[in-house]
Amino acid sequence: MDGEILRDPTRRFILQSGAAAGGGLLLSFTMTAEGNAAGDTQVNAYVRIAPDGKVTIASKVPEVGQGIKTSLPMLIAEELDVVWSAVTVEQAIADSKIYGRQVAGGSMATTLEYDGLRRVGASVRALLIQAAAARWSVPVESLTTEPGVVVHAASKRRASYGELVSDAAKLTPPDPKSLTLKDPKAFRIIGKSHKSQNLEAITTGQPTFGIDMRLPGMLYATFAKGPTYGAKVASVDLAPAKAVKGVKDAFVVEGGTNLQSIVPGVAVIADSWWAARKGREALDIKWAEHPTAAQSSASFAAKAAELAKAPPHRTAYNDGDVETALKGAAKTVSAAYSYPFLAHAPMEPQNCTAKVENGKVEIWAPTQNPEAGRALVAKALNVDPSAITIHLIRCGGGFGRRLMNDYMVEAAVIASKVAAPVKLVWTREDDIQHDFYRPAGWHNLTAGLDANGAVVAWKDHFVTFGEGETFNTSAGMNSTQFPCRAVANYRHDISVMQLGFPTGYLRAPGNNAFGFVIQGFTDELAHAAGKDPVAFRREMLGAPRLLGEPGKGDSFDTGRMRGVLDLAAEMSGWGRKVPKGTGLGVACHFSHLGYVAVVIQATVKDGAIKVDKAWAAVDCGRQVVNPSGAEQQVQGSVLDAIGSALYQGVTFENGAAVNSNFGDFPLLRIADAPPVEVRFKLSDNNPTGLGEPAYPPTPAALVNALFAATGKRIRSLPIADQLA
Amino acid sequence: MAFTLTVNGETRTADVDGDTPLLWVLRDTLGLVGAKFGCGAALCGACTVHLDGEATRSCVTPISEVGGKKVTTIEGIGKTPVGAKVQEAWKAIDVPQCGYCQAGQIMSASALLAAKPKPTDADIDDAMNGNLCRCATYTRIRKAIKVAAGQEKA
Repeated sequence: MDGEILRDPTRRFILQSGAAAGGGLLLSFTMTAEGNAAGDTQVNAYVRIAPDGKVTIASKVPEVGQGIKTSLPMLIAEELDVVWSAVTVEQAIADSKIYGRQVAGGSMATTLEYDGLRRVGASVRALLIQAAAARWSVPVESLTTEPGVVVHAASKRRASYGELVSDAAKLTPPDPKSLTLKDPKAFRIIGKSHKSQNLEAITTGQPTFGIDMRLPGMLYATFAKGPTYGAKVASVDLAPAKAVKGVKDAFVVEGGTNLQSIVPGVAVIADSWWAARKGREALDIKWAEHPTAAQSSASFAAKAAELAKAPPHRTAYNDGDVETALKGAAKTVSAAYSYPFLAHAPMEPQNCTAKVENGKVEIWAPTQNPEAGRALVAKALNVDPSAITIHLIRCGGGFGRRLMNDYMVEAAVIASKVAAPVKLVWTREDDIQHDFYRPAGWHNLTAGLDANGAVVAWKDHFVTFGEGETFNTSAGMNSTQFPCRAVANYRHDISVMQLGFPTGYLRAPGNNAFGFVIQGFTDELAHAAGKDPVAFRREMLGAPRLLGEPGKGDSFDTGRMRGVLDLAAEMSGWGRKVPKGTGLGVACHFSHLGYVAVVIQATVKDGAIKVDKAWAAVDCGRQVVNPSGAEQQVQGSVLDAIGSALYQGVTFENGAAVNSNFGDFPLLRIADAPPVEVRFKLSDNNPTGLGEPAYPPTPAALVNALFAATGKRIRSLPIADQLA
Repeated sequence: MAFTLTVNGETRTADVDGDTPLLWVLRDTLGLVGAKFGCGAALCGACTVHLDGEATRSCVTPISEVGGKKVTTIEGIGKTPVGAKVQEAWKAIDVPQCGYCQAGQIMSASALLAAKPKPTDADIDDAMNGNLCRCATYTRIRKAIKVAAGQEKA
C-alpha cells in the first residue's frame, strides 16, 4: 500500500513482540492468528493473507531509494509461491526484537537476508500445505503449490491460500532450517524486474515521505544551531520570534555535547513551517565561543602537508621491505592525492515528526538506522526504549546521512516540551552545514616498477583525522585494500590530526575516496610502465586467486575482479581510436562485497569537461534479485560519483561549513549526466548488495579518462576548474 | 490576509501573510504535500508547480504574486492529457529511486511536452536542467519523457 502510515497513522503490522522476544530474531514468528478489519489473517511478522488471496508482506529494512522495499518482499513472495501482482508491501515498524537488523547501510540487506527471508516465505507455504493436508486427510508429501494455490494432484483438489490461511495460522511453524528452498531455475519472481514500491503515490503526489507527515493538531518546528558544532547559546531575545504571526512558542534547548544527539539551539514552534522559519529568522542568537572555531579546510591542508613530510605516526601494515625494493626498482613514481569533505545532501531535508504524551514517545522518522535513534531518544528523554514507537517512513534519499539520527532526537526533545505532535523540518542550509561529513583525506604514495613494468613496491602514508589509534568516524582505512597482498613489498603508514566537527558514512564509506586514490595512482603506474591501463591492471591482478582469508570481508578474489575488468573493457570497446581531446579511462575497485569495473569516456574542449558515456561491469554474485532496481543502483552510484568528483567539496572556515545550498554544493544535473550502460557478471558466490560498490571506481575512471584526453593528471578532488 | 486561489480547478482560500511562498501554502495550509521542499531557493526544482501552465518554483513564489493564475500541482496534473501521459510513462519506465524529486520532474516534463510535444535531447536538457535528482535517475527521466511524447516505446 502506498504511503500507508501517512494516510492512516494507526495502521501497521500487528505484532506481538513479547512472544517473539526470546527466539532467534529473523524467524521468531508470532503464531497467534490475528484478524484485522479487512479479515486478513496474519501468519507471522512478515505475511498476512486475505480471504481473497491477496498477500501483504512486510519489508523490514528502511527504504531510502535503494529499492529494498521491492527486493526483500520478492524473496518472501518467491518461496511463498504467489503471483507478485497479488502482493501488497507494507513497511514494517522498527522493532529489532522481531526483525533483527533494520539498517539501510553497508549494502548489507541482500547479503544478510537472501537466505532468511526466503525461509520466511517457505515457512508460510509449508503451513498452508499442512493445513490443506489436514483438511483433505492426505500426506503433506502428496501436496504441491501453484502460485497462490495448494494442489493435490492425485485427486485434482485445489484450495487457495485465502481459504487455508486461517487454519494455517493456528499450526506450529516448521524449523526454518528444515525447509527446502526452490531451485533457482524455478524462480518466478527473483531475477525478474519488478517496479518500485509507492510508484503510484510518488507519481501522483500522495503523502509518501517523512516530510509529508500530518497529524491532528500537529505543529511545525525549526531548530537553530550554532555555526560551529555544539556551540552553546550565549544569549537570545525570544520576543521577536514570538511576535511573528503563527508562532506558538520559542525556547532555548540546552542540548549536550554528543554531536550525534541534540546539541544546544533555539526551537521555534508555529502553526506552519513557514511561520516557524520566519520566527527563527527574526532571532538574533549570540553563540558562545567554541574551541573548534579556529579549524578550517586551509589549516587542515597545511597540517596534512606538514605531517606528510614527517615520519608517520604509525605503520598499520607492512609486507616485505618497501624501502629496499624501491632502491632496487627500475623506476619509482610518487604522487600525493587528496579529497575534500563532502555533504550527503539527500533531496528530502532532514525531518522527523514526534509526539510525546503520558511517558510514551511516538516517532515517524525517515531514518536508515532506527534502533540507534531509539537509544539516543531514550537517553535524551530519560525514558525506557520500550516506551518509544518508531514508524519507518520512506526516505527522500539517504546516502548514509540518515544512519545518524540527530534530527530524530531533536524532534523528540522539542515535542516533549510542546503539548502537541511536532514536525521538525530542517532548511537546506541546516542540512549542508550540520552534516556528518565524508572526511577529507591525504595520501602520499610511492611505488616501484621493475624493468618489466611490474609493481614491486607500494606504500601509502595516509593522513587523516583521529587521535592516537582511534579514527574519527569513517576516517579510517582498511590497510588490506588491493594491491595489498598482491605486491610483495607493501606498507601502509598513518598519521592523524584532530577534528572538531562530525564525520560520518557517505555511500561506500572510505572506499568512495580510496577507489579514486588507488585507481588513479595505478593509472599513473601503468603510464610510467608504458603499458595499456587495462593490460596493466590484468597483470597486477595476476592469476585468479583469493587474497586474504576466505570468508573475511576484506578477502579479495582477483579472478572476480579480472572478470568485471574484462567485461567493462569489452562493453566500452577499450582500445578503440577516439578523437583528439577525448579519452577513455578505466578503474576497478572492490567494496561492500561487490566487484565493479568502470570505463568512462570524456571529452575536454577549451577546458570544459563533457562526460560522454560510462560503462559499468558488476559482479554481485550468482543472482541479481531485481534487475530493474539493480540497474538503477549502479547507474545512480556511477552518476553520483561523477557529480561528486566534478563539483563537490565542503569548505570550512572558522570551524563552520561555508557551503549552504545547491548553489555552492552542486549536484549533477541532467544535461551533464552521461548514459550509463550496466552489465552484470554472474559468479558462483552469494548474492550481495548494490547500493554502493559502483561508486568507488568511478571518480578514478573519470580522472583517468581526463588524463587520456588531455595528458593532465588530476590528483585532488573536486576536478572543478583544474583543466580550465 | 486571506488569499483566494484556484488550485487544480478548485477555489481555495488561505489566510496567510503575503510573503508566504506558495509551496508552504500548498503543503501546510491546503494539505497538498505533493510539491516538495528541497532548497527554498529555486535551485532544485522539487517544488515545481504550474501557474497558468508554466513551470514555476513554488518555494520562491510569494502567495501575493499568484493572483488569479491557475495553480496546477502534481495532485492535479493527471487531469490534463499531457500530465496523465507523463505520469503513465514515469510508472511504465519505473523512473524513481527515492522518488522525492519526481513530482517536480513530472511537473517540468509536463510543461515541456505541453509546449513541445516532440522535444529534442537539447529541449529536454533545457527544460529539465533545473530539476535535481540526487539519486540520478536522469537516464530513465529522459526515456520516460520520450515515451510520453510517443518518440520511444516503454
